[in-house]
Amino acid sequence: MEAKEHQKQPYILIWVILLVLTLGELGYAFMDLPKIVLALGLIAMAIWKALLVAIYYMHLRHEPRRMWILAASPLPLAVILVVTVLTEY
Amino acid sequence: MNHSATAVMDPRHPMPGMQVYNLKLGMWIFLLSEVMFFTSLIGSYIILRFAHPEHWTEPGVILNVSLTAVNTFLLICSSVTMVKAFAAIEQGDQKGLKLWLLATILIGASFVGIQFFEYTKLIHEGFVPNFAAYTAEGANLYGATFYLMTGFHGAHVTIGVLCLSFVLFRAMKGAYTSESYGGVEIIGLYWHFVDLVWIILFTIVYLL
Repeated sequence: MEAKEHQKQPYILIWVILLVLTLGELGYAFMDLPKIVLALGLIAMAIWKALLVAIYYMHLRHEPRRMWILAASPLPLAVILVVTVLTEY
Repeated sequence: MNHSATAVMDPRHPMPGMQVYNLKLGMWIFLLSEVMFFTSLIGSYIILRFAHPEHWTEPGVILNVSLTAVNTFLLICSSVTMVKAFAAIEQGDQKGLKLWLLATILIGASFVGIQFFEYTKLIHEGFVPNFAAYTAEGANLYGATFYLMTGFHGAHVTIGVLCLSFVLFRAMKGAYTSESYGGVEIIGLYWHFVDLVWIILFTIVYLL
Protein backbone atom coordinates (compact mmCIF):
# COMPACT_ATOMS: atom_id res chain seq x y z
CA MET A 1 0.00 0.00 0.00
CA GLU A 2 1.64 3.28 -1.05
CA ALA A 3 2.50 5.62 1.84
CA LYS A 4 0.72 8.62 0.25
CA GLU A 5 -2.53 6.61 0.30
CA HIS A 6 -2.33 6.84 4.04
CA GLN A 7 -3.60 10.36 4.29
CA LYS A 8 -6.95 9.08 2.94
CA GLN A 9 -7.32 6.32 5.57
CA PRO A 10 -10.53 7.02 7.57
CA TYR A 11 -9.09 5.59 10.80
CA ILE A 12 -10.66 8.15 13.12
CA LEU A 13 -14.02 8.02 11.35
CA ILE A 14 -14.07 4.22 11.74
CA TRP A 15 -13.16 4.66 15.41
CA VAL A 16 -16.11 7.01 15.93
CA ILE A 17 -18.47 4.61 14.15
CA LEU A 18 -17.24 1.73 16.33
CA LEU A 19 -17.85 3.76 19.48
CA VAL A 20 -21.30 4.87 18.35
CA LEU A 21 -22.21 1.27 17.51
CA THR A 22 -20.95 0.11 20.92
CA LEU A 23 -23.05 2.73 22.68
CA GLY A 24 -25.96 1.77 20.42
CA GLU A 25 -25.55 -1.85 21.45
CA LEU A 26 -25.55 -0.92 25.13
CA GLY A 27 -28.74 1.07 24.76
CA TYR A 28 -30.40 -1.51 22.57
CA ALA A 29 -29.48 -4.45 24.86
CA PHE A 30 -31.62 -3.14 27.70
CA MET A 31 -34.69 -2.22 25.67
CA ASP A 32 -37.91 -4.04 26.44
CA LEU A 33 -38.06 -6.10 23.23
CA PRO A 34 -38.63 -9.78 22.47
CA LYS A 35 -35.48 -11.81 23.06
CA ILE A 36 -35.14 -12.89 19.42
CA VAL A 37 -35.40 -9.29 18.22
CA LEU A 38 -32.76 -8.24 20.73
CA ALA A 39 -30.45 -11.10 19.74
CA LEU A 40 -30.71 -10.47 16.01
CA GLY A 41 -30.15 -6.73 16.40
CA LEU A 42 -27.17 -7.13 18.70
CA ILE A 43 -25.53 -9.79 16.55
CA ALA A 44 -26.04 -7.67 13.44
CA MET A 45 -24.30 -4.72 15.12
CA ALA A 46 -21.48 -6.93 16.35
CA ILE A 47 -20.89 -8.36 12.88
CA TRP A 48 -20.98 -4.85 11.41
CA LYS A 49 -18.29 -3.70 13.86
CA ALA A 50 -16.21 -6.80 13.20
CA LEU A 51 -16.35 -6.18 9.45
CA LEU A 52 -15.28 -2.55 9.93
CA VAL A 53 -12.22 -3.70 11.88
CA ALA A 54 -11.36 -6.36 9.30
CA ILE A 55 -11.86 -4.15 6.24
CA TYR A 56 -10.30 -0.91 7.46
CA TYR A 57 -7.91 -1.73 10.29
CA MET A 58 -6.72 -5.10 8.96
CA HIS A 59 -6.48 -3.45 5.54
CA LEU A 60 -8.49 -6.11 3.74
CA ARG A 61 -9.65 -3.20 1.66
CA HIS A 62 -6.22 -2.98 0.03
CA GLU A 63 -5.54 -6.68 -0.31
CA PRO A 64 -5.96 -8.66 -3.54
CA ARG A 65 -9.25 -10.52 -4.02
CA ARG A 66 -7.52 -13.82 -3.21
CA MET A 67 -6.91 -12.59 0.32
CA TRP A 68 -10.63 -11.83 0.68
CA ILE A 69 -11.40 -15.41 -0.33
CA LEU A 70 -8.78 -16.68 2.11
CA ALA A 71 -10.16 -14.48 4.90
CA ALA A 72 -13.71 -15.68 4.28
CA SER A 73 -12.75 -19.35 4.01
CA PRO A 74 -13.45 -20.37 7.64
CA LEU A 75 -16.95 -18.87 7.62
CA PRO A 76 -18.72 -21.79 5.87
CA LEU A 77 -16.94 -24.16 8.23
CA ALA A 78 -18.12 -22.08 11.18
CA VAL A 79 -21.72 -22.16 9.95
CA ILE A 80 -21.53 -25.93 9.44
CA LEU A 81 -20.14 -26.38 12.95
CA VAL A 82 -22.86 -24.34 14.64
CA VAL A 83 -25.76 -25.65 12.53
CA THR A 84 -24.89 -29.33 12.85
CA VAL A 85 -24.32 -29.08 16.57
CA LEU A 86 -27.52 -27.05 16.98
CA THR A 87 -29.48 -29.98 15.58
CA GLU A 88 -28.04 -32.20 18.33
CA TYR A 89 -29.68 -30.70 21.39
CA MET B 1 22.10 -8.83 -1.21
CA ASN B 2 20.18 -11.79 -2.62
CA HIS B 3 17.16 -10.22 -4.35
CA SER B 4 14.77 -13.00 -3.46
CA ALA B 5 15.66 -12.62 0.19
CA THR B 6 14.94 -8.91 0.01
CA ALA B 7 11.73 -9.52 -1.88
CA VAL B 8 10.55 -11.88 0.82
CA MET B 9 10.91 -9.24 3.53
CA ASP B 10 10.02 -6.19 1.45
CA PRO B 11 6.28 -5.53 1.63
CA ARG B 12 6.40 -3.49 -1.55
CA HIS B 13 7.32 -6.47 -3.70
CA PRO B 14 4.78 -9.15 -2.79
CA MET B 15 5.44 -12.73 -3.78
CA PRO B 16 3.59 -14.25 -6.72
CA GLY B 17 0.56 -16.42 -6.01
CA MET B 18 -1.39 -14.77 -3.17
CA GLN B 19 0.31 -11.47 -3.99
CA VAL B 20 1.17 -10.77 -0.37
CA TYR B 21 4.50 -11.34 1.31
CA ASN B 22 5.04 -14.51 3.28
CA LEU B 23 4.95 -12.98 6.77
CA LYS B 24 1.52 -11.52 6.16
CA LEU B 25 0.15 -14.61 4.46
CA GLY B 26 1.36 -16.72 7.36
CA MET B 27 -0.30 -14.44 9.90
CA TRP B 28 -3.58 -14.43 7.97
CA ILE B 29 -3.61 -18.24 7.84
CA PHE B 30 -2.87 -18.37 11.58
CA LEU B 31 -5.72 -15.93 12.25
CA LEU B 32 -8.08 -18.08 10.22
CA SER B 33 -7.25 -21.02 12.44
CA GLU B 34 -8.03 -18.75 15.38
CA VAL B 35 -11.40 -17.98 13.79
CA MET B 36 -12.17 -21.69 13.94
CA PHE B 37 -10.91 -21.88 17.51
CA PHE B 38 -13.17 -19.09 18.75
CA THR B 39 -16.02 -20.31 16.57
CA SER B 40 -15.92 -23.64 18.37
CA LEU B 41 -16.08 -21.86 21.75
CA ILE B 42 -18.84 -19.49 20.70
CA GLY B 43 -20.72 -22.25 18.88
CA SER B 44 -20.66 -24.42 21.97
CA TYR B 45 -21.82 -21.49 24.06
CA ILE B 46 -24.81 -20.89 21.78
CA ILE B 47 -25.76 -24.54 21.82
CA LEU B 48 -25.47 -24.89 25.58
CA ARG B 49 -27.50 -21.76 26.10
CA PHE B 50 -30.23 -22.99 23.76
CA ALA B 51 -30.24 -26.35 25.51
CA HIS B 52 -30.18 -25.03 29.10
CA PRO B 53 -31.50 -21.47 29.18
CA GLU B 54 -32.24 -21.80 32.87
CA HIS B 55 -28.49 -21.78 33.61
CA TRP B 56 -28.15 -18.19 32.45
CA THR B 57 -29.39 -14.96 34.01
CA GLU B 58 -30.50 -11.76 32.25
CA PRO B 59 -27.73 -9.36 31.10
CA GLY B 60 -26.30 -7.22 33.87
CA VAL B 61 -27.57 -9.36 36.73
CA ILE B 62 -24.22 -11.05 37.48
CA LEU B 63 -21.77 -9.58 34.97
CA ASN B 64 -20.70 -5.91 35.12
CA VAL B 65 -21.78 -4.62 31.72
CA SER B 66 -20.67 -1.01 32.22
CA LEU B 67 -17.16 -2.03 33.31
CA THR B 68 -16.74 -4.27 30.28
CA ALA B 69 -18.21 -1.55 28.06
CA VAL B 70 -15.30 0.60 29.21
CA ASN B 71 -12.98 -2.31 28.41
CA THR B 72 -14.51 -2.61 24.95
CA PHE B 73 -13.95 1.11 24.45
CA LEU B 74 -10.31 0.66 25.45
CA LEU B 75 -9.73 -2.20 23.02
CA ILE B 76 -11.31 -0.24 20.17
CA CYS B 77 -9.02 2.70 21.01
CA SER B 78 -6.01 0.36 20.98
CA SER B 79 -6.94 -0.68 17.45
CA VAL B 80 -6.69 2.96 16.42
CA THR B 81 -3.32 3.44 18.09
CA MET B 82 -2.09 0.25 16.45
CA VAL B 83 -3.16 1.32 12.98
CA LYS B 84 -1.61 4.73 13.60
CA ALA B 85 1.67 3.01 14.48
CA PHE B 86 1.54 1.12 11.21
CA ALA B 87 0.67 4.27 9.27
CA ALA B 88 3.61 6.06 10.90
CA ILE B 89 6.24 3.51 9.91
CA GLU B 90 4.83 3.23 6.42
CA GLN B 91 5.83 6.86 6.06
CA GLY B 92 9.19 6.27 7.77
CA ASP B 93 8.18 8.04 10.99
CA GLN B 94 10.09 5.95 13.57
CA LYS B 95 9.29 8.27 16.49
CA GLY B 96 5.58 8.05 15.70
CA LEU B 97 5.85 4.27 15.47
CA LYS B 98 7.38 4.04 18.96
CA LEU B 99 4.86 6.38 20.56
CA TRP B 100 1.81 4.71 19.03
CA LEU B 101 3.17 1.25 19.85
CA LEU B 102 3.71 2.32 23.46
CA ALA B 103 0.15 3.65 23.62
CA THR B 104 -1.18 0.35 22.26
CA ILE B 105 0.79 -1.61 24.83
CA LEU B 106 -0.43 0.54 27.73
CA ILE B 107 -4.06 0.32 26.63
CA GLY B 108 -3.78 -3.42 26.04
CA ALA B 109 -2.26 -3.94 29.47
CA SER B 110 -5.07 -1.85 30.98
CA PHE B 111 -7.59 -4.12 29.31
CA VAL B 112 -5.99 -7.18 30.91
CA GLY B 113 -5.83 -5.39 34.25
CA ILE B 114 -9.52 -4.48 34.18
CA GLN B 115 -10.40 -8.04 33.20
CA PHE B 116 -8.31 -9.36 36.12
CA PHE B 117 -10.15 -6.97 38.45
CA GLU B 118 -13.49 -8.12 37.04
CA TYR B 119 -12.56 -11.77 37.63
CA THR B 120 -11.49 -11.21 41.22
CA LYS B 121 -14.73 -9.34 41.94
CA LEU B 122 -16.88 -12.05 40.34
CA ILE B 123 -15.05 -14.84 42.15
CA HIS B 124 -15.35 -12.93 45.40
CA GLU B 125 -19.10 -12.76 44.79
CA GLY B 126 -19.17 -16.51 44.22
CA PHE B 127 -19.51 -16.61 40.43
CA VAL B 128 -17.04 -19.40 39.72
CA PRO B 129 -16.83 -22.10 37.03
CA ASN B 130 -17.88 -25.01 39.23
CA PHE B 131 -21.43 -25.23 40.49
CA ALA B 132 -20.92 -26.02 44.14
CA ALA B 133 -19.79 -22.62 45.34
CA TYR B 134 -22.66 -20.60 43.87
CA THR B 135 -26.28 -21.15 44.98
CA ALA B 136 -28.12 -18.80 42.60
CA GLU B 137 -29.52 -20.20 39.33
CA GLY B 138 -27.30 -20.35 36.28
CA ALA B 139 -24.00 -21.15 37.94
CA ASN B 140 -22.22 -24.06 36.36
CA LEU B 141 -22.73 -23.71 32.63
CA TYR B 142 -22.83 -19.95 32.84
CA GLY B 143 -19.63 -19.77 34.84
CA ALA B 144 -17.79 -22.44 32.89
CA THR B 145 -18.51 -20.93 29.47
CA PHE B 146 -17.89 -17.37 30.70
CA TYR B 147 -14.46 -18.07 32.12
CA LEU B 148 -13.51 -20.32 29.21
CA MET B 149 -14.25 -17.81 26.49
CA THR B 150 -13.17 -14.60 28.19
CA GLY B 151 -10.18 -16.37 29.71
CA PHE B 152 -8.89 -17.56 26.37
CA HIS B 153 -9.44 -14.13 24.91
CA GLY B 154 -7.62 -12.53 27.84
CA ALA B 155 -4.72 -14.90 27.24
CA HIS B 156 -4.63 -13.80 23.62
CA VAL B 157 -4.56 -10.15 24.65
CA THR B 158 -1.75 -10.84 27.12
CA ILE B 159 0.30 -12.59 24.44
CA GLY B 160 -0.44 -9.68 22.12
CA VAL B 161 0.88 -7.19 24.69
CA LEU B 162 4.07 -9.24 25.07
CA CYS B 163 4.55 -9.43 21.29
CA LEU B 164 3.90 -5.71 20.93
CA SER B 165 6.55 -5.08 23.59
CA PHE B 166 9.00 -7.14 21.55
CA VAL B 167 8.14 -5.14 18.43
CA LEU B 168 8.60 -1.91 20.39
CA PHE B 169 11.97 -3.18 21.61
CA ARG B 170 13.05 -3.82 18.02
CA ALA B 171 11.63 -0.46 16.94
CA MET B 172 13.77 1.21 19.61
CA LYS B 173 16.78 -0.32 17.88
CA GLY B 174 15.64 1.02 14.53
CA ALA B 175 14.69 -2.33 13.04
CA TYR B 176 11.78 -0.94 11.01
CA THR B 177 11.85 1.50 8.11
CA SER B 178 9.45 2.61 5.40
CA GLU B 179 11.01 -0.11 3.26
CA SER B 180 10.80 -2.94 5.79
CA TYR B 181 7.93 -2.94 8.28
CA GLY B 182 6.57 -6.47 7.97
CA GLY B 183 6.88 -7.14 11.68
CA VAL B 184 4.72 -4.14 12.55
CA GLU B 185 2.06 -5.06 10.04
CA ILE B 186 1.65 -8.64 11.19
CA ILE B 187 1.49 -7.80 14.89
CA GLY B 188 -1.08 -5.22 13.86
CA LEU B 189 -3.14 -7.89 12.11
CA TYR B 190 -3.03 -10.04 15.25
CA TRP B 191 -4.00 -7.15 17.49
CA HIS B 192 -6.94 -6.10 15.33
CA PHE B 193 -8.09 -9.71 15.25
CA VAL B 194 -8.05 -9.82 19.06
CA ASP B 195 -10.19 -6.64 19.06
CA LEU B 196 -12.52 -8.17 16.49
CA VAL B 197 -13.04 -11.30 18.64
CA TRP B 198 -13.80 -9.18 21.69
CA ILE B 199 -16.41 -7.23 19.72
CA ILE B 200 -18.25 -10.52 19.13
CA LEU B 201 -17.66 -11.88 22.66
CA PHE B 202 -18.79 -8.68 24.38
CA THR B 203 -22.11 -8.85 22.54
CA ILE B 204 -22.74 -12.54 23.02
CA VAL B 205 -21.53 -12.96 26.60
CA TYR B 206 -22.50 -9.66 28.20
CA LEU B 207 -25.43 -8.26 26.24
CA LEU B 208 -27.48 -11.28 25.25
